[in-house]
Amino acid sequence: MKLKIGKSYYEATARQRIACILDNGTFKEILPPQEKKISPHLEMFNIPVAFDDGVVVGEGQIDGKPVSILAQEGKFMGGAFGEVHSAKITGLLKRSLRTKPAAVVCLWDSGGVRLQEANAGEIGVTEIIRSIFDLRAVNIPVIGVVGGSCGCFGGAGIISACCDVLLCSEEARIGVSGPEVIETTMGVDAFDSRDKALVWRTTGGKNRYLFGFVKTLVENTPDAFRAEIIKEMKEPCGLALEQIEQKHAALKKRLEDFSGLGDALEIWAKMGFEKPEEIPGMSEKELAEEFKRVSGGIIC
Amino acid sequence: MEHISLEKETKSPDIAFSKASSLRGVVSSGNLEVLIEIKELGGKCRFEIDTAADGFGKTWKAVIDDFMERRKPGNLLVSINDYAASPDVVGLRLDQAYEDLKGGE
Repeated sequence: MKLKIGKSYYEATARQRIACILDNGTFKEILPPQEKKISPHLEMFNIPVAFDDGVVVGEGQIDGKPVSILAQEGKFMGGAFGEVHSAKITGLLKRSLRTKPAAVVCLWDSGGVRLQEANAGEIGVTEIIRSIFDLRAVNIPVIGVVGGSCGCFGGAGIISACCDVLLCSEEARIGVSGPEVIETTMGVDAFDSRDKALVWRTTGGKNRYLFGFVKTLVENTPDAFRAEIIKEMKEPCGLALEQIEQKHAALKKRLEDFSGLGDALEIWAKMGFEKPEEIPGMSEKELAEEFKRVSGGIIC
Repeated sequence: MEHISLEKETKSPDIAFSKASSLRGVVSSGNLEVLIEIKELGGKCRFEIDTAADGFGKTWKAVIDDFMERRKPGNLLVSINDYAASPDVVGLRLDQAYEDLKGGE
């Protein structure tokens, strides 16, 4: 079930993404759709269920090394965390503590907690965060990938920040409150959710990359993501005290440097980019080079 | 939501498949997922459909009849989660899953 027409990671389904990122024919799914572990809540709301509850979990190989992998299906219920959905992810992460794969690869694509099963979903998000830190504590790298239509918002946005490294495409958007939520609560003057250019330069992959939230900005193809995952598996990031202190110092400096500034364009100018308005039009490679030139790159 | 159960039979059905099951499609607006599994049903095919669009029983029967006529399969359990897909999308997903089951993809 590989992609035949086009090569867009953004357009691919969760199953296609896994098939493209793993070594050919190595995927072994856990709780496949044939087992029909469906949501016990959605029927009550007259909403159709999915046989995999919107997430594919299992094991396979990348570059010949064993990995655990999960992919959320952003097109089903916005990739949201329901009870079964979360339990499948938590189960895979906990299992990985025992199987000790070379990496746990998480293809996030989620708007957050599923409102129809919110309590179970919220608990699920906390269990996933706990499991990610349990893995990181024993040096099993957790590699997050964001490049789908839902990006990572709400609980998913917080989870994405818990991974060892985050790889994303320009198309990916990452945040906690989504643009519409901010507009509804703060007013259109604070954030106009219909202004797509504003939405992307605020929550989009490029801005998240320039802020150091995302380690590498990746071209929107499954092959490019696979290549970058292989690179990360060779040089795992780790969670040493020194790195955490570095990160805290960087966050403090960010607050000092950019407080009071509004639009991302102003922030990019302050970062040292002479022509910030050209950033949205740059390729991933051009931006990485330009970023290195003005700031010396980012902290892992 | 409406549940529709259908059973269909064709003469001398095709029951040679290269896989035990196949899934195609995603449950999103205007789309559906089709899960086909090989099952000993005495040569018949059974369709278990959950659809978000109520009152389209006749249309479902027509689409399934068309699929059975074109492919003439037997011993298949077809489970469908539908989020109000149009008949042509339903036909397409059935064909995709069936092609996969035959080893075409």
